[in-house]
Amino acid sequence: MTPPAGPSSGIRFENIDKRYGGLYALRRLTMEVTPGECVVLAGPNGSGKTTLLRIAARLVRPSSGIVTFPSAHKSPAAGDAPTGFVAHATMVYDELTAEENLTLFARLLEIPDPQTRVGKLLLEVGLVDRRSSLVRTFSRGMRQRVAIARALLHEPPLLLLDEPATGLDPQGTAWLAETLRRLRDAGCTILMSLHGESNISSLATRGIRLEAGRVAADTRTGATLQSILTFADA
Amino acid sequence: MSLLANASVLLGKELRTEFRSRELLTTTVVFILMVIVLFSFTFDPTSAESRRFGPGLLWLAFLFAASLMLQPCFLREQTNDTLSALRLSVEDPFAIFLAKLTANTLFLLLTEFLLLPIFSVLYNVAVLPVLGWLIFVFFLGSLGVSIAGTALSAISAQARMRELLLPLLLLPLLTPVLVASTEVTKALLDPSPYVSWKGIGFLAVFDLVFLTALWLFGEYLLEE
Repeated sequence: MTPPAGPSSGIRFENIDKRYGGLYALRRLTMEVTPGECVVLAGPNGSGKTTLLRIAARLVRPSSGIVTFPSAHKSPAAGDAPTGFVAHATMVYDELTAEENLTLFARLLEIPDPQTRVGKLLLEVGLVDRRSSLVRTFSRGMRQRVAIARALLHEPPLLLLDEPATGLDPQGTAWLAETLRRLRDAGCTILMSLHGESNISSLATRGIRLEAGRVAADTRTGATLQSILTFADA
Repeated sequence: MSLLANASVLLGKELRTEFRSRELLTTTVVFILMVIVLFSFTFDPTSAESRRFGPGLLWLAFLFAASLMLQPCFLREQTNDTLSALRLSVEDPFAIFLAKLTANTLFLLLTEFLLLPIFSVLYNVAVLPVLGWLIFVFFLGSLGVSIAGTALSAISAQARMRELLLPLLLLPLLTPVLVASTEVTKALLDPSPYVSWKGIGFLAVFDLVFLTALWLFGEYLLEE
């Protein structure tokens, strides 16, 4: 896997509130992910993990508060960090082939020589033989591989992953863990929510547990990190 | 990357997915064909009656067919949350609208040109002498329908009762386009055809105003 193209980027959330009607998904949440960290978000259903990731991806606007993207090589600036995002849904078109999907997004992202990049990624995710098959003919795990390839197309310095191993078989999960390990070691910042992928959560350099939209625990070392990761593995 | 380059990439995707599934084109062609044929069989209009009522019928059929066509425009982007992937990939979200409204205009025009000869034969109305002007009016009218419809499709896709909401919003909003397009088409199909510049001017201004509004505020329509 190629290392990230640009300088590593972090994320800073300051006093983030997100309300859906009268329901708070996030409440006064303040935290910072520094460039190069690999952070696992854990917490029960409805604790705000997905909302936080979608706010970080700039897909959802917070009701109040500020999100900034400090870079490792420049002063904090808002909004210019290239982001790779894997969501619950695959974010690819069922009516296009795997290759057409990746080429579409590669062209939108202005990737130089998109055909070569797409071919390389298809090889890495193990779908080169099915490159011309429509995505709707794929299994859930194969779709997830296309989704991950789409997120990695532009070698983003910031990766946001919402349960990225959904649908992957043990080989697929091992491949994902290895890919994320290489990206982390190359300096890519990773923020991900997990449920039950121990070989992926073991990559974490930091664990954050959310409860009812607030940070309930946040640690980088020791037994607390293990307990947060254990929660993620539960 | 420029707005137009992004939009052209997305337009290619829209055309490819539609010509692969043919969902929208089939639905609209069959719908308009049924309206035209059933109306012709039911009322058996004379040539004079056709010139009087035909243009209104034609544009009503186009409008209802457009509401069917526009419904899935943003709805199918929600199936796999592909709209989020597009928002993360394009610099200017207007590129998404530009591609979709161009595709919708092309699909609508294609449907109209397929059905114009059938209308001409069934209603005994000569369209060939004014074909150039008819194409121009169809373009202006279809563009207006597509611009407003694409914007409303983005709004209704995120709402409850979305199947009901789009026609409820679309049909009243497009009534001025319907009236102006009908007026211009009626003038062109007259035994002594003439160009209704007032109607054409209205359609051009409508298109320009709604396109500008979409360019300015479209980004907010895509937010969750």
